Amino acid sequence: MSESEPPLLELDRLEVSYGAIRALRGISVAVRRGEVVALLGANGAGKTTTLRTVSGLLKPRSGGVLFRGERIDGVPAHHVVALGIAHAPEGRRVFPVMSVLENLRMGAYRFRGGARREDLDRVFGLFPRLAERRTQLAGTLSGGEQQMLAIGRALMARPELLLLDEPSMGLAPMVVRQIFEIVREINQQGTTVLLVEQNAAQALRLATRGYVLETGAVVMEETAEVLLRDDRVRAAYLGEGAA
Amino acid sequence: MSGGTASEESFRRPKVDVARLRRDAWYRRPRWRRLLGFVVAGLALAVVTGPQGAGSTALMSSLKATFTSVPRLGVCVGIGVLLWAVREFGAPLRAPARTAQDGVARGVAPLRRFYAAGVWPKLAVGALVLLAGAVIPNLLSPTWQVVFVEQMGVYLLLAVGLNVVIGWAGLLDLGFVAFYAVGAYSVAFWTGSLPVQPPVVLNPFVVIPIAVLTCLAAGLLLGTPTLRLRGDYLAIVTLGFHEIVYLVAKNADGFTGGSRGTTKMIPHPSIHLFGLDYNWMFDPLPYWYLILAFTAILVVLFSRLENSRIGRAWTAVREDEVAAQASGLNTVRYKLMAFAIGASTSGLAGVVYASKVGFINPDNFPLLASILVLSYVIFGGMGSIAGVLVGTALLTLLPQWLKSYVPAEDRYMYLGGLLVAMMIFRPQGVIPSRRRQREIKLAESGVGGADATGAAGGTTS
Ligand SMILES: Nc1ncnc2c1ncn2[C@@H]1O[C@H](COP(=O)(O)OP(=O)(O)O)[C@@H](O)[C@H]1O
Ligand SMILES: [Mg+2]
Repeated sequence: MSESEPPLLELDRLEVSYGAIRALRGISVAVRRGEVVALLGANGAGKTTTLRTVSGLLKPRSGGVLFRGERIDGVPAHHVVALGIAHAPEGRRVFPVMSVLENLRMGAYRFRGGARREDLDRVFGLFPRLAERRTQLAGTLSGGEQQMLAIGRALMARPELLLLDEPSMGLAPMVVRQIFEIVREINQQGTTVLLVEQNAAQALRLATRGYVLETGAVVMEETAEVLLRDDRVRAAYLGEGAA
Repeated sequence: MSGGTASEESFRRPKVDVARLRRDAWYRRPRWRRLLGFVVAGLALAVVTGPQGAGSTALMSSLKATFTSVPRLGVCVGIGVLLWAVREFGAPLRAPARTAQDGVARGVAPLRRFYAAGVWPKLAVGALVLLAGAVIPNLLSPTWQVVFVEQMGVYLLLAVGLNVVIGWAGLLDLGFVAFYAVGAYSVAFWTGSLPVQPPVVLNPFVVIPIAVLTCLAAGLLLGTPTLRLRGDYLAIVTLGFHEIVYLVAKNADGFTGGSRGTTKMIPHPSIHLFGLDYNWMFDPLPYWYLILAFTAILVVLFSRLENSRIGRAWTAVREDEVAAQASGLNTVRYKLMAFAIGASTSGLAGVVYASKVGFINPDNFPLLASILVLSYVIFGGMGSIAGVLVGTALLTLLPQWLKSYVPAEDRYMYLGGLLVAMMIFRPQGVIPSRRRQREIKLAESGVGGADATGAAGGTTS
């Protein structure tokens, strides 16, 4: 990766508010092609707001979102997906009354010709448990399997950048490790990942770099190793103090 | 028990006989519960077919007559018990079915398989239904023909339209009949039957596209600011919209004729094309064929939509809007589309109705009509076109049939009873859609709730 190439995703002094509530107070974040970047922060820090702004569900009050060097803030969500950004939203939203396969097909909705064989094969290769359950209704999957399905569905849109919002939420550590292993594989296959997490320990083992968000502002930006060793991060997010 | 210490608490805790809790009362066991159901159905049959009271005292005496006339009561309850006995103990006669649903499903399965085997069986079934629809009204008395057109026919169109809105897109529209009124008043306006005169007076036939477009526009107008809302909120908004349309019709005397309605008779539709001259006139049958044709066209169009990209988008929006957005769907657009399609269908029904009856006034479009269409759709099977058609046919013909047995004002009581029973025993409807069936199954296994507007809950944590 050359230094001259613009970051794949760049948030430039992004400000987002919900009415009077200022959720993001001018954050700047860069994600370079091929990276896994972790966005850490406690509840209410503004992580979900960040992802929702990137995927076009929210409009910033000021500042910009740049994708491949182009402004994309203000582009409606359904067009953002077509640009190559897929979002696996918070709380593993799957279509409960659709089968696993139907869910994945919905992920490929942006392709008029429907889901492609090779994309399905790729997802089933990454998540063999989904392959076994392809006709099962998504609503009857376990929490971990639903999270896998939400990620798989996002991959069906062939994203260049994958946004993951707290994939570890409410899952057993074992399952989280499994899922993060797969995210690593997805990244190695060439997809850039912006990973939002509260579970800093796991996230930083996967990420190359990380940002720490506090009440809508970036308070730290470091490589993963540095963050893992940082006292404040340890205290706040690695279970060695109250969040 | 706040404040109590542990020992106090255990002292106070009542002794629970777990064994007793585990034991089901005999009457709760499925078999006996079903017997109860059959007996109650038998009793209802005896009451419906028995002598009817007209006043408050006569009601008691007629009930007394029903319950003391041993033959009727005996025969009706006997039929119930017999059906129950065959069902419960006729097992060796057929493969065992565990529940009523199972039994029905097994009986219907070959039909279903035949029906699902490609497009030809569907066309064949459709042609057969169409043929029956064309022939049967010819054999009926004029009274029934009128019921076929003004009750069943118009509501078939309405129900097919509402099914798109609620059955597929999951939008709870309680003001559906407002668009029906807009359609009817459009035809009244353009044929010059309202106090205000149109720029040109048109034949009702020519008004159809105009009315449909007007309703489409009304749907978009109402939908654009409100479709961000879901569920209960949208229901209230549409309710309000109905009230606005109703009150405008009632109070804008100079324009709509107020509560007296149209000032002149709306002319019957007629065709004068290529030497063809035809006028629909007063006879109900020609209108029936018109409705049949419209219904057939809409059924074909809508079933194609259901299986298209748009249909899949509706399902996604209905099940989880956030997930649908994340998958790159323009959810507002699809909701708007469903809403507008429903509105135009409703308007079409309004045109047909108005040009058949000739005179309209605001009270032809009460809120109750919206509720009725909604209950027909749910009764028949939300999301399933066949179900919606069958449900509407059954529920619109039933009151007419009951007329010969019970006093007119009691008819809706039985209809209500039927709806309640249906929602308890078969909430998915007469001919459920596959998706709806799955939703209810999921809800029964504890994943979310299968309410009218959405699927089982999106998240499990
Ligand atoms: N829809 C909303 N309306 C108003 N305030 C919101 C909304 N969503 C989030 N917020 C507020 O914005 C802040 C950031 O929230 P969020 O981005 O969800 O945080 P996180 O994902 O880091 O937990 C919080 O203070 C939250 O209360
Ligand atoms: Mg969040």
